[in-house]
Amino acid sequence: MTLSGIWNNPAVRGWLYQVVIVVGIIGIGVFLVGNAQNALSKQGISTGFGFLPQRAGFDIGETAIAFTSKDTFLRAYAVAVLNTLKVAAAGIVLSTILGVIIGIGRLSRNFLLNRLSSAYIEIFRNTPQLLQLIFWYTIITNLPRPRDAISVGGLFFLSNRGFSFPWFQDAHLTLLFAAFAVGCAAAWFLSKRAEESGRKNFRYAAWALGIALAIGLPILTGYFVDGSNAVSAPRLRGFNFHGGTTISPEFLSLLLGLGLYISAFIAEIVRSGIQSVGRGQIEAARTVGLGRFDIYRKIIFPQALRVMIPPAAGQYISVVKNSSLGVVVGYPELFSVNNTIVTLSGHTVEAIAIMMSIYLAISFVIAMLMNFYNRFVQIKER
Amino acid sequence: MNDSRPCASRAVVSHSPRRLPPQAADSRLVWLQRSFFGGIGNTLITAGLIWVLFETIPNLLRWAFFDAVWYTPNPEACRAAIGACWAVVPEKYRVMLFGTFPYEEHWRGVLVIAIILGMAVVSTIRRLWSYWLFVAWLAAMAAVFVLMLGGVFGLKPIETYEWGGLPLTLIMFVGTVVGGLPAGILLALGRRSTMPVIRALCVGFIEIVRGLPLVTILFMASLMFPLFLPEGMTIDKFMRAQIAMAIFFAAYAAEVVRGGLQAIPRGQFEAADTIGLSYWQKTTRIVLPQVMRIVLPSMMNEIIRAFKNTTFIGIIGLFDVLRATSTAIQDPSWVRYSIEAYLSIFVLYFVLCFAMSKYSERVERDIAVRR
Amino acid sequence: MTNPNAHENGRETIVEFRGVNKWYGDFHVLRNINLTVGRGEKVVICGPSGSGKSTAIRCVNRLEEHQEGDIFVNGVELTPDMRRIEKVRRAVGMVFQNFNLFPHLSVMDNLTLGPVLAQGEAKRDAEERAAELLKRVRIPDQARKFPGQLSGGQQQRVAIARALMLRPQVILFDEPTSALDPEMIHEVLEVMTELAEAGMTMICVTHEMGFARKVADLVVFMDDGEIVEASPPEQFFEAATSDRTRLFLSQVIH
Repeated sequence: MTLSGIWNNPAVRGWLYQVVIVVGIIGIGVFLVGNAQNALSKQGISTGFGFLPQRAGFDIGETAIAFTSKDTFLRAYAVAVLNTLKVAAAGIVLSTILGVIIGIGRLSRNFLLNRLSSAYIEIFRNTPQLLQLIFWYTIITNLPRPRDAISVGGLFFLSNRGFSFPWFQDAHLTLLFAAFAVGCAAAWFLSKRAEESGRKNFRYAAWALGIALAIGLPILTGYFVDGSNAVSAPRLRGFNFHGGTTISPEFLSLLLGLGLYISAFIAEIVRSGIQSVGRGQIEAARTVGLGRFDIYRKIIFPQALRVMIPPAAGQYISVVKNSSLGVVVGYPELFSVNNTIVTLSGHTVEAIAIMMSIYLAISFVIAMLMNFYNRFVQIKER
Repeated sequence: MNDSRPCASRAVVSHSPRRLPPQAADSRLVWLQRSFFGGIGNTLITAGLIWVLFETIPNLLRWAFFDAVWYTPNPEACRAAIGACWAVVPEKYRVMLFGTFPYEEHWRGVLVIAIILGMAVVSTIRRLWSYWLFVAWLAAMAAVFVLMLGGVFGLKPIETYEWGGLPLTLIMFVGTVVGGLPAGILLALGRRSTMPVIRALCVGFIEIVRGLPLVTILFMASLMFPLFLPEGMTIDKFMRAQIAMAIFFAAYAAEVVRGGLQAIPRGQFEAADTIGLSYWQKTTRIVLPQVMRIVLPSMMNEIIRAFKNTTFIGIIGLFDVLRATSTAIQDPSWVRYSIEAYLSIFVLYFVLCFAMSKYSERVERDIAVRR
Repeated sequence: MTNPNAHENGRETIVEFRGVNKWYGDFHVLRNINLTVGRGEKVVICGPSGSGKSTAIRCVNRLEEHQEGDIFVNGVELTPDMRRIEKVRRAVGMVFQNFNLFPHLSVMDNLTLGPVLAQGEAKRDAEERAAELLKRVRIPDQARKFPGQLSGGQQQRVAIARALMLRPQVILFDEPTSALDPEMIHEVLEVMTELAEAGMTMICVTHEMGFARKVADLVVFMDDGEIVEASPPEQFFEAATSDRTRLFLSQVIH
């Protein structure tokens, strides 16, 4: 075994390269960390995660759970994460609903619908998301004040303090949600039985009844439990609205900035998913007598869904990540709260590490869920 | 089949000549009817849409065009009008387009914009793709940096923190793609490496960068870079942002390239091996050219996205077009016309991105035809 | 239009083409097609590719539109009117070259989907009928399987059963065995022959000349968009009159 023999062996060379790289990376890592520790100690800042149970010392504008400046940094993180998830979930729902409608509209034979959908997609896809976000924020903050708010039916109000509408009292929110879930389940069950009976009228009746249940059951439950106080409507008192619930301008503009932008991409994903279903499928479905609506529901959509899921998952992760743009409009999501924590606690590196881990974890979870759903709906083959 | 009755089925042998289809005199009408009114649902949709358009378009047009004030240096005149105040654009366009760039040197910024846009247009002509185009780009970028930094040829020196507006956006964009694309290709190749350490590093890097928001990466670059560098050594903010943007682009480009690598039939790799090529020769001469052709549409998507992402550098304090505009309209006498200002750069971004996406579609069609 | 439900030689006609012409853009793809199909009879259409034979039968259930001439199906004239088209489609079954089964549904669901959703049949009744039909096409225990788990021949037989679920007046076959491996062609042809013997009206586009000879009442040869020859099988195969027919036959039967 000569020296050149060893050198020319690709396996040996491979291992040699890897050893060199690992050593090099560790070396660079040590160098960088050393510099950082040097700099930090010069500023008198300790390292470590001990700052978490310390008193936060700042307030957060919107919170899903109670929070005051006396609470800990840890609790601040919890609030921030909840805020992020709230706006991201709403953004995902909005973008999906809009995206599906516009994606289908893009394929419609109706000239108007087709062109309008196409215009929507091109406009929202070809402009920066940040610009759209700032645009919505500017519009909303330039709306009239609550006294002169734009109102619909005396129940819904749009002003520069946000969007106010009637809502349930906080008291029994979980119970109401459970009622809603039961209503949906009943609706689904009803429609399934109606479909199997074959009679078209049964089907329509079942759908109407189902929707009535899904909406009516929570309202009824609320009425039983709280009487007429179950739902409260916003009333103008002084300079602002009381009662009902108000979506802040920050949340609203972030929601629009996220939802509308991503809806254009979802629309394209829906369009290409639907187009991926072979023409023969549609011809066979027509041959068997199915109408357009049923063809979409039973043949096209189930098959298109399988094609749409992976890219849609990517877009949803994008919604979560771009919620960090909330920092620009002042919505207290993870990124902006983290900035405050960095400034107040001085633990730059640790705080950023925590924030990174949370974002990575959320992306990971969404990817896992989508993966799971994907595998669940795979078409069975031999 | 074996029926005693004679067969009812028959066909007539015909010898009609070929002819042109009858000119459907009412084909236009038929198309109109079908596309707008075929079926109840369709008719309802058409009716609904026409009603919505009727309600909004005239008001929109009136606000945007008929009642609008197009040019006046006096904001009071805009106050009096009920329409849009487009006058804010001629008033503020220099700040919007050039940011904090010194006023007298704006001509250099104009030249930079012209050079970059010109080079981009030239690059779309396939016939000109060659080694010389690459050299031309290098020369163009050298000229751009000379113009922006100054200090030679009697040009006044300008620090990078004074760069702003459209030149900054374009330079950041070109730097992101030029810096990020090779890195992305290397990452994608590394991800397929047989050496576990390299593969782990590449996968880890790609997944982490893709799982993080761009804003956080920019922020980290902005805040943490100085921490990790030895004392006395600094990188200016522009370079930090540029590196962060390039890294972000590289991770996404790597995934696009990876998809292309997976699409290449294994036979190509094997054939290249049998004719005695080394790994790098095989990769650069056989594999990559094919990969780039396959992934060009997806890569164009990433490139367009990188262009839109340049707006994020405003968050860490660099004055790209968006940030410059936001700052320009802070002027108290013009601040109520922010919408008009934002709409105009909306148009700017839309035109550039739309052009790129149309080009991308054309490339996709060309590729499909060639196959 | 004259009485569409004409009786020829004492038999009802199910499908009638009268002077049908079709163009794809400027290309004249169907030239003056005049064809009558009587109830219970089998018409086989053959010809080289591009002759328009698939296009012709696809006009019967409006998968393609004709620009000139009339088509009558079971007494109903085919016009752009959607209600007429649906009426026609309820009477016409179709079997495709590529099966076109719904891959995400089980065999049983493939069969019952049309009757339940479009014809208002209760699912339980549809499933009973489906089980009967599966027995008839000789794959009784595949009801819970998915199309991707079946062989080509099995899939095509499911497709035939699916067409039969509609209780159609006539079934169109568009090259039903062309996409099958040779060893599976036989089982599908067997099912089609049984169907023919049971009295179903069939219009088949196919290259299987053995099947045509055995089953057809009328063999039609189309070339270049027009009907070149049409005669009962004995005459068609033994004594074809046109040169083009003879050329085609010599290429197909070797």
